[in-house]
Amino acid sequence: EGKMLTNISNVLRACAQRNISHLFVFYFKKCDVFKLDEAPATQVVMTRDEGLQYYRTMQTMRRMELKADQLYKQKIIRGFCHLYDGQEACAVGIEASINLKDHLITAYRAHGYTLTRGGTVKEIMAELTGRRGGIAKGKGGSMHMYCKHFYGGNGIVGAQVPLGAGVALACKYKGTDELCVCLYGDGAANQGQIFETYNMAALWKLPVIFICENNRYGMGTSVERAAASTDYFKRGEFIPGLRVDGMDILCVREATRFAADHCRSGKGPILMELQTYRYHGHSMSDPGVSYRTREEIQEVRSKSDPISLLKDRLLSNNMASVEELKEIDVEVRKEIEDAAQFATTDPEPPLEELCNHIFSNNPPVEVRGTNPWAKLKSLS
Amino acid sequence: MAASLRCFLRSGKRAVLVAVRRGFHSSSPAAVQVTVRDALNQAMDEELERDERVFLLGEEVAQYDGAYKVSRGLWKKYGDKRIIDTPISEMGFAGIAVGAAMAGLRPICEFMTFNFSMQAIDQVINSAAKTYYMSAGLQSVPIVFRGPNGASAGVAAQHSQCFAAWYAHCPGLKVVSPWNSEDAKGLLKAAIRDDNPVVFLENELMYGVPFEVSDESQSKDFTIPIGKAKVERQGSHITLVSHSRFVGHCLDAAAVLAKEGVDCEVINLRTIRPMDVECIEGSVMKTNHLVTVEGGWPQFGVGAEICARIMEGPAFNFLDAPVTRVTGVDIPMPYAKILEENSLPQVKDIIFSVKKTLNV
Repeated sequence: EGKMLTNISNVLRACAQRNISHLFVFYFKKCDVFKLDEAPATQVVMTRDEGLQYYRTMQTMRRMELKADQLYKQKIIRGFCHLYDGQEACAVGIEASINLKDHLITAYRAHGYTLTRGGTVKEIMAELTGRRGGIAKGKGGSMHMYCKHFYGGNGIVGAQVPLGAGVALACKYKGTDELCVCLYGDGAANQGQIFETYNMAALWKLPVIFICENNRYGMGTSVERAAASTDYFKRGEFIPGLRVDGMDILCVREATRFAADHCRSGKGPILMELQTYRYHGHSMSDPGVSYRTREEIQEVRSKSDPISLLKDRLLSNNMASVEELKEIDVEVRKEIEDAAQFATTDPEPPLEELCNHIFSNNPPVEVRGTNPWAKLKSLS
Repeated sequence: MAASLRCFLRSGKRAVLVAVRRGFHSSSPAAVQVTVRDALNQAMDEELERDERVFLLGEEVAQYDGAYKVSRGLWKKYGDKRIIDTPISEMGFAGIAVGAAMAGLRPICEFMTFNFSMQAIDQVINSAAKTYYMSAGLQSVPIVFRGPNGASAGVAAQHSQCFAAWYAHCPGLKVVSPWNSEDAKGLLKAAIRDDNPVVFLENELMYGVPFEVSDESQSKDFTIPIGKAKVERQGSHITLVSHSRFVGHCLDAAAVLAKEGVDCEVINLRTIRPMDVECIEGSVMKTNHLVTVEGGWPQFGVGAEICARIMEGPAFNFLDAPVTRVTGVDIPMPYAKILEENSLPQVKDIIFSVKKTLNV
């Protein structure tokens, strides 16, 4: 304890010497609300430590996705690869206001969430390259990554939404104060099963935060061409909603905090729309410029990049130094390089494991191979 | 030990009593007769009591006591938390059930009939069946999807389809199809206790049929292993393999054929996937003739799979004739009674097919 106090006073002294702010208060305009009397806080405190942690995580996420882009172009990653760069503030902001005992489920643009939910860059990248060290041992790939209280990674658009409400049902059933964050995109928002889920979640007051990550395009279809109403935060009709700047991590964090309080106080579901943007196309096979202009992409990058926004805040309010942030960048770069190195050298899963994991807690079964003489073994 | 009395009541139309009395004479307890409906009800009641993570959801399962009264009394006993009435939202509530299973509960998801499961089939296959594999064993899905499957009576084309072949096609699922009350109880309990997604295909016409059940089936820990078929009748001339309601038809046909000197072995599959091929093979290696009987359509069906498996295995060399499939007629189910009756295998169709296969 004495040691801890010494450390704290050392840090404070160092801060005072460098004239560093330990925390700062930020002001935001009130976000759009729907069927809510209150709204998320407009006066927000961010500490230096929080800022640095958000910066590190978002930068890690950004570099990880860009590395995945590289590896995909080298054909080391194959199949589907939906990248999250541009949307980092969403994943990091959400996680900042929930905890790892809570639950989260999303669709296929999931690498960022796999990271915030406890996956390592190494095991995420190795899953993308289909190696045995991958988070799903190479058997899931980009869209099917799982870890504790993180239910993927789901490939069927919209299917994750009822699943998320089901997880919330389990939370309520067990009598915990856990909640489930259930994400979907602007494209998925038009799926019928989502409306079925809204109905049941509201009826049964399930502790679920529905979050629509509106990045303006469902694959190649802009929101105006897909939705009769693009007010996604209102589409829950009888579910209260809020619309939030998804490029600003503090906005996302405060909105999530507000939403989590709502759920945990037994009021039932709530819906958050995060207005965000993806720099890449829908997936690696989409250049992303046939349905939107390069100017638009460039404008978002220069004016609204979530990492730049945070960096500016930290620097201009003396919360961190340029050197500190550069040091984080270097560390992040190294972590990504090491992970990529692992992901490209780790061997593929052994053929003997082809048929494993069909059934849980089951005696071994025989699985028919490609021909009648190929009798393969499946272990749980 | 008490005398054992075996009594078969099939199809609700004709009762054929075969009494086998063994052991020494003593005052025996009255034979316990249980309908399939009550057996299912008992199974769910016992499992709900045993494990508080088990719950039932579906349309009309709670306050209505179940569209077919299978869940009668359960809501009264267990309440809103464990017996949940859903809106008419199959895709939504099936997904919710799967999510609840992923988060550690053990849901029983009822489809009012399996025809409506088509609305939700993505959740059954892509969210439930495949997840344990995709997650390399990290995420299991202990869920049971149950409800009536196949033809009923006079409900026409959209309400009469058999989904055994569709679900049994998919790795990651177990597909169970009980015939009698003992099957229903033991297999449903096993399905609920199984940590994997199980599709449990009941039959509406069987719900009201009473069967005598064994003493051991009255135990709260009575389960029947999934993946094991049962030889309902021993025979030496020909093997009949069936599942669900048509097992009864096979036994009826066997009784008629016995009088003509044809001795049929009748196998009740009990589980469609994983199929107990060894049981069929063992039987075929003894009888040298095989007839499959099902209510579903012929193409890509349960019988088709049995044929393929027999061809690929040791039993092929023991066949004295090609395998014969008796199936539903390859048409959407018509409404008029005479048309409907002639759309499904009748006992006379089975008898005819047996004789053709045996060339008698």
